Amino acid sequence: MQTFQELWQLLTGPDGELRGIVYTTLRLCLTSTVLSAALGIPGGAALGLYRFPGRKFLVRICRTLMGLPPVLAGLAAFFLLSRSGPLGQYKLLYSVGAMVTAQIMLGVPIAAGLTQSVIASSAEAIRETAYGIGLRRCRLLGRTLHECRKSFVSIVCLTFGQCLSEVGAAQICGGNIAGKTRVMTTAIVLETNMGDFKMAGALGILLLLISFGIMALGAWGVRADE
Amino acid sequence: MKKTLALLLSLLLAFSLFACGEKALDGDGLTEASTTEPVIIPENPVIRLSTTTSVNDSGLLPAIVPVFEAATGYTVEITSAGSGAAIEKGRTGDADLLLVHSKASEEEFLAEGWSPARIPFMYNYFVIVGPANDPAGVASATSASEALKKIAESSSTFISRGDDSGTHKAELKIWDTAGITPAGDWYVSAGQGMGAVLNMAAEQQAYTLTDKATYLAHEQKSQLAMLLEKNDELKNTYSLLAISPEKWPDTNIAGAQAFIEWITSAEGYKLIDEYGVNEYGEQLFFTMPAESLTVPVTSNTEPDAPTEEATTLPLAA
Repeated sequence: MQTFQELWQLLTGPDGELRGIVYTTLRLCLTSTVLSAALGIPGGAALGLYRFPGRKFLVRICRTLMGLPPVLAGLAAFFLLSRSGPLGQYKLLYSVGAMVTAQIMLGVPIAAGLTQSVIASSAEAIRETAYGIGLRRCRLLGRTLHECRKSFVSIVCLTFGQCLSEVGAAQICGGNIAGKTRVMTTAIVLETNMGDFKMAGALGILLLLISFGIMALGAWGVRADE
Repeated sequence: MKKTLALLLSLLLAFSLFACGEKALDGDGLTEASTTEPVIIPENPVIRLSTTTSVNDSGLLPAIVPVFEAATGYTVEITSAGSGAAIEKGRTGDADLLLVHSKASEEEFLAEGWSPARIPFMYNYFVIVGPANDPAGVASATSASEALKKIAESSSTFISRGDDSGTHKAELKIWDTAGITPAGDWYVSAGQGMGAVLNMAAEQQAYTLTDKATYLAHEQKSQLAMLLEKNDELKNTYSLLAISPEKWPDTNIAGAQAFIEWITSAEGYKLIDEYGVNEYGEQLFFTMPAESLTVPVTSNTEPDAPTEEATTLPLAA
């Protein structure tokens, strides 16, 4: 109980560090989620809807990457963004931008893979209706995305959940810099390493509450749509 | 209504874009608010300091770096890892300055030309901690190597960092002095940072080697007793190494130099020596006397300004 009081003070008190951490976390995860969904959902829909050579192989790659361990995504982004890497000149390592890069590697396969499986299951029916009302091939994608929009809310929520919960990529690409790239998960690791398990746990509960809030917002969006 | 959904999505998008755009403001806002008289922001205001967990997680750098930032207008971005990884960030160009404690690795780094000089400037002590009932009898040992020998002979559980950090290398050196190659069920190689290893040692009531500052700052310290300290074999020296602009032309050498000059100034030394005295009742880090300071870094080798500053340093260590 005392820990929660302490947490509440940190959250509302004059020292804005924890508020900064929550803000960075939301900024990071929302950016990663929006970009992952923007790339992953149309990509996944195309994989589910169209027939083209190499499609099955791409689907398999996508499935494999859905289980990509966050530390591996972090390491890949590290190689890419380090000064000694190909994109080193942009000086992105240890910034929120670097964390977004790594989280997109995690988010895009999830968004694409889930979209592909949702669409594949109803692709035949949609295609028939679309041809029935005389839609052209290129407009099929737009129509399908519109038909399946409700599933996309849960896909976006799952992608967000992955970004919010991972720690490996955030640690490697962000470096857990106080006031700059420290997010909820890396702060929990830090508190755990300093032996303050209670504070780590309290931060964890706060993280879950934030997650709950975002998911409730998503559910509200779906209800309002109906 | 689909309008609501569209609204929700565009809100999300707007928030994330707004958040991206605001990035540049964050850092400057802080420095401006915390200083009363205007500080001239240096041309390249960000110093990337790669350091070990012992000086960051123990609270030393978070306590003193804001003073430096307020005085000079620099922003120090601190990333901490074991010394092995911390030094590697210098090689990959992802740091401007290293603050590490692994002499052999530092000298190798120097020999390869990554840094123009190694500047040892402070030290503290490693301590051997373990269960309060001390089954191996470490407390009665006269040296660290004797203590480790007792642990090995009684096959008491010992948790090693096992992560190529400065502490891990120091531990291996003591085993070497003791003439023992540690192996067996009792020797656990954790592969984790100091804090995590202290958690494991507290949980399993095992022995481990830790720097004193991390131990004293650790919340679980009541479960482990400090059994051996202040032994010559346990001295732990920290050095500063700026990254050579010849290796990485865009490294912030001016920033690194400014940090080195400030931390080895009378003001910086005073803050280091006083750190922890109020909270833990004893000094945690000890600065080194002026004469042991090597002339700091410039890309040319001529000694300059810092030497006269060095002579005014407090000699008491």
